[in-house]
Amino acid sequence: MKKLNEMTIVEAARALRARECTVRDLLDACTAVAQAKNLELNAFLEIFDANESAIASAQKRIDENDASLLCGIPLAIKDNILIEGKIASASSKILENYRATYDAGVIKKLKDAGALFLGRTNMDEFALGGSTENSAFGVTKNPHDISRVSGGTSGGSAAAVAAHITIAALGTDTGGSIRNPASYCGVVGLKPTYGAVSRSGVIAAASSFDQVGPITKTVEDAKVLFDTIRGYDANDSTSIPDALQKVKKKEIRTIGVPRHLFADVLDADMLERFTSTIKNLGFEVKDIEIPSAKPALAAYYIINFAEVSTNLARFDGMRYGLAKRGDTLLDDYINSRTEGFGEEARRRILLGTFVLSSGYIDAYYRKADSARAQLTREFAKAFEEVDIIATPTMPTPAFKIGDKSDPLSLYLEDVFTILANLTGMPAISVPMGFVERENPSTSLGIKKQLPVGIHFSAPHQAEDMLFAIGEKVHST
Amino acid sequence: MATTEKVRKLAALARIRVEDAELEKFIREFDAILAYVETVSTVKMSSPESVEEEKPLLRNVMRADGEPHTTGVYTEKIVEQFPAKDGNALSVKQIL
Repeated sequence: MKKLNEMTIVEAARALRARECTVRDLLDACTAVAQAKNLELNAFLEIFDANESAIASAQKRIDENDASLLCGIPLAIKDNILIEGKIASASSKILENYRATYDAGVIKKLKDAGALFLGRTNMDEFALGGSTENSAFGVTKNPHDISRVSGGTSGGSAAAVAAHITIAALGTDTGGSIRNPASYCGVVGLKPTYGAVSRSGVIAAASSFDQVGPITKTVEDAKVLFDTIRGYDANDSTSIPDALQKVKKKEIRTIGVPRHLFADVLDADMLERFTSTIKNLGFEVKDIEIPSAKPALAAYYIINFAEVSTNLARFDGMRYGLAKRGDTLLDDYINSRTEGFGEEARRRILLGTFVLSSGYIDAYYRKADSARAQLTREFAKAFEEVDIIATPTMPTPAFKIGDKSDPLSLYLEDVFTILANLTGMPAISVPMGFVERENPSTSLGIKKQLPVGIHFSAPHQAEDMLFAIGEKVHST
Repeated sequence: MATTEKVRKLAALARIRVEDAELEKFIREFDAILAYVETVSTVKMSSPESVEEEKPLLRNVMRADGEPHTTGVYTEKIVEQFPAKDGNALSVKQIL
């Protein structure tokens, strides 16, 4: 039999109902593995003490056969999602001591479902990055090769799922932050349609892109978690009202592939993996052109800088978080922000201030906004011809820690994932096997197998089509 | 071209301080990053005039101020976070 911590949500829910284990056994199994593996991986910033009343009430609901699938299931939660009474630092020094005063919308839903929280996971500070190297509390290592990054920004959540420290996890995705680490760690990650999931109580990075979503061991689990957290929330003005909730599902016949994006970007073995995975699915494959997709990455970063600098303006050392004092009130702000924010946060604050400044806003921000509208039109047109669009999730497998210290080279890794954030489309990353890379920890020339993901995007609110094709990748 | 003066100006606007050691690095990186993001101007608009028209009709996304929570239920937790306080009031430096 599988170890308890290795189970999926669906398997663990079955084991709990079959009385093969108790809620307590399941949580203890995960906590024990978390404590053993976290020293090496640094996936968790904090492993919570067991919440006895939550365990007892979940067990009672299971015993009374009155429980949802997530009841009693331990989950890892990214450190930018508020759980009342727990620290939520977004992996930043400026919020190191900040204790959440309320539950995020998604946490309320998970508590109602009876889910348990194992701990809070490491991330790039304020969700700025793509490797978890920008965390103020150290990098999260990849469970497949600890000399490599776990991806980011939800690197802690993805590494925790891949290392079987947790049954499943929540991440957030601004430009690929769920799908990128899912690809690097060999797990499933879903970025839902913009507005599908509440962001109330989620520390904002770039508000017109951010979504919360599941990171799981299987596509089936991603659906279970998504179905639990989705839905309108009056506390998030961007969440989709019930009247506009339309679950779209049509039969998948054609996959579109924007092959023109692959030149100069993809490693040869990545392309080979991708091509054979697509071929095995057995659908008609059509080449499509998204002419604005390449410059869209530039538009993404302009908008990201602008929104990040705006969102991070609220942290001033006054009401909560790090408070460094100087001679004047202005010094108080400057000292708190300078010592509180890490390098990438400061870099994006400066760049955002620049692209929004009078004299430059037309050339940068407004241009980017127009490019975004153009990209959205091009995708709408593509979806008239094809049902789903596929690319690799990332151009490469996980890279070595420290290899991309130049910020621009890291930004360029996001070329495929940002398209879904710019347009609001849902997108999923599903493992498509492994590629080989050298292993620096041995001198014997032994190569390391590194997981890589395939990426599908669908029209707004068509998550079910992503689950359907994801299941097909799993089974072929 | 990013310059010392420009980056310092941005830092002042953004209420952060850039130390000298970091300044040079930021200037170099900003030139590379800005040169890259300028490629956004290569996007060809299929309907250049219609960006504004295509935006969905404005609707009020603000929630009605109908059911406020009971006064004071969050006060204690919020005040606990204050770096300096006087009773339930946040203490800050005198500005006048």
